[in-house]
Amino acid sequence: MSALTAYALTGAALVGLGFFGLLAARHLLRRVVAFNLIGSGLFLYFGAAGGRGAAPDPVPQALIITGIVVALAASALAVGLVVAQARASGRATLPGEEDAS
Amino acid sequence: MTALTASLVLPLLGALAAVALPRRAAVAAALATTALTLAAVLWLLVEIGTGGTVRLVLGGWQPPLGIALAADGLGAAFLALTAAVMAGVALAARHEMAPAAAGPRAAFGFWPLMLLLWGALNAVFVSRDLFNLYVGIELLTLAAVALVAIGGKAEALAAAMRYMVFALAGSLLYLAGVVLAYGAHGTLDMDLLAARTPARPDGLALALMTAGLLAKTALFPFHVWLPPAHAGAPAPASALLSGLVPKASFLIVLRLWFEVMPDRAATGALMVLAALGAAAVIWGSIRALAQARLKLIVAYSTVAQLGYLFLVFPLAGGDGAAQPWAAGAWTGAMFQALSHGLAKAAMFLAAGLFMVAAGSDRLGALRGLARVMPMTAFAFALAAITLMGLPPSGGFTAKYLMMTAAFAAGQWIWALVMALGGLLAAAYLYRPVAALFARVAPTDPRPVARARQAVPLVLAGAAILLGILSAPPFDFLQIGRPEAAEEGL
Repeated sequence: MSALTAYALTGAALVGLGFFGLLAARHLLRRVVAFNLIGSGLFLYFGAAGGRGAAPDPVPQALIITGIVVALAASALAVGLVVAQARASGRATLPGEEDAS
Repeated sequence: MTALTASLVLPLLGALAAVALPRRAAVAAALATTALTLAAVLWLLVEIGTGGTVRLVLGGWQPPLGIALAADGLGAAFLALTAAVMAGVALAARHEMAPAAAGPRAAFGFWPLMLLLWGALNAVFVSRDLFNLYVGIELLTLAAVALVAIGGKAEALAAAMRYMVFALAGSLLYLAGVVLAYGAHGTLDMDLLAARTPARPDGLALALMTAGLLAKTALFPFHVWLPPAHAGAPAPASALLSGLVPKASFLIVLRLWFEVMPDRAATGALMVLAALGAAAVIWGSIRALAQARLKLIVAYSTVAQLGYLFLVFPLAGGDGAAQPWAAGAWTGAMFQALSHGLAKAAMFLAAGLFMVAAGSDRLGALRGLARVMPMTAFAFALAAITLMGLPPSGGFTAKYLMMTAAFAAGQWIWALVMALGGLLAAAYLYRPVAALFARVAPTDPRPVARARQAVPLVLAGAAILLGILSAPPFDFLQIGRPEAAEEGL
């Protein structure tokens, strides 16, 4: 197994873990972490896909950096919302999903 | 070309100015930006009307390395819809988002968020690059979620959070599809992808991108976040969220299926998309019937009205060569998107004025308001006519075109859905209209200035005009129309 395959498989595993977390976790902060996990997995996979040719393709690197910035902005807003939600309602879960784990 | 650049850059500059300047100057800057962007979009419409699709290659770098923008008839029609709704919302928000009415935090945050939303919408409508579109819909989502949360109440925050979870999951699914498409073809430009040699991951990439965008468009069964989010935001924000935001992700779905990968459109997939749309029409309407608050009725109606858009996939398609009715269904769906955007913005702005007058949006509190606010009540009724699809509104033109296509293609089941949806819309809109026009004197309503009441009336009137003067927009939508829209998928 080449290094690239290992990267791609790790990326795929991270995406799977992240989607499980996004669906199964009740605590909103865990969901934000799960979102970041999916993003990182996708970027890792993307990087591996870009390294396949004889000369590495620079475009995925540029896109990954942009994607990281976008994911950071989204995470910042999400964490801000979680904090506001926890202050307003006293818990960091969505209404109707209170059986928090 | 200058007009295209201006309509993309001006809202973003205005958003920065609205953050940096003190309160009074910020509102003035936002209003000036609104006027300038509106002018830029009108100029762009003239350019496209006379010279066809306007293309712009950013920085002179050709795709696949650079990013291409193209404003065709379809994209420009949505630019125009956005500009019209934004202008109406800006006028309404001058009063409704004043610090005395909405609180200092919402009054500060609304203007930059509105302009950011506008910039993101415009970028999505004209971009030809899949990753650029990803950045665009992310910016759109962030601005939209913040607009939902702007009121700061616990239920609005919960609605925003739920929206955020759906939207983020949608973004990631879309991004996964983009990554697969790049891995297979080494380009993300729509035109280059359309000319690609088909590869095995194409189907999966298209499916992932579509699924992600459906979550953002709130198509049944991904609609659960929409009603609380749209009903929980302040009325001017609701008008933007309901009238415009779902159209952006829908437009990307449309471009993916009709322009980028029409060869991947299997009949079964088209039927699934349309069946989900039909379920949205029925379920959204039934839920709207059961609501006791005006804003929730209007929000559930959005779920239903978005469903019609997805009937375009099988109706513009089918087996065999060029079909004369296919282009009709495609244009009909675009008419539906445009007239719904105008009518829904008018309805939410009217609902906001009713709430100012009556202090609540419960149907019981609205009884008899037509006596003191005849203009707003009339605007609401006009918008209702469009949503029901009665002539001579834009909604009628839309359903007429799509129904004709359904009968001509022998797919009468979708025509049945449209007829049933129209009846249900009449039923759920009858309740608020009957309450407004009830023969009782409202108890102690607060007066609302006439100039404020005129805003929803103009927007609702535009939705009706779209039906009366349907020929110019019909022709305009055909500029740069994809071949698949003519021949079917």
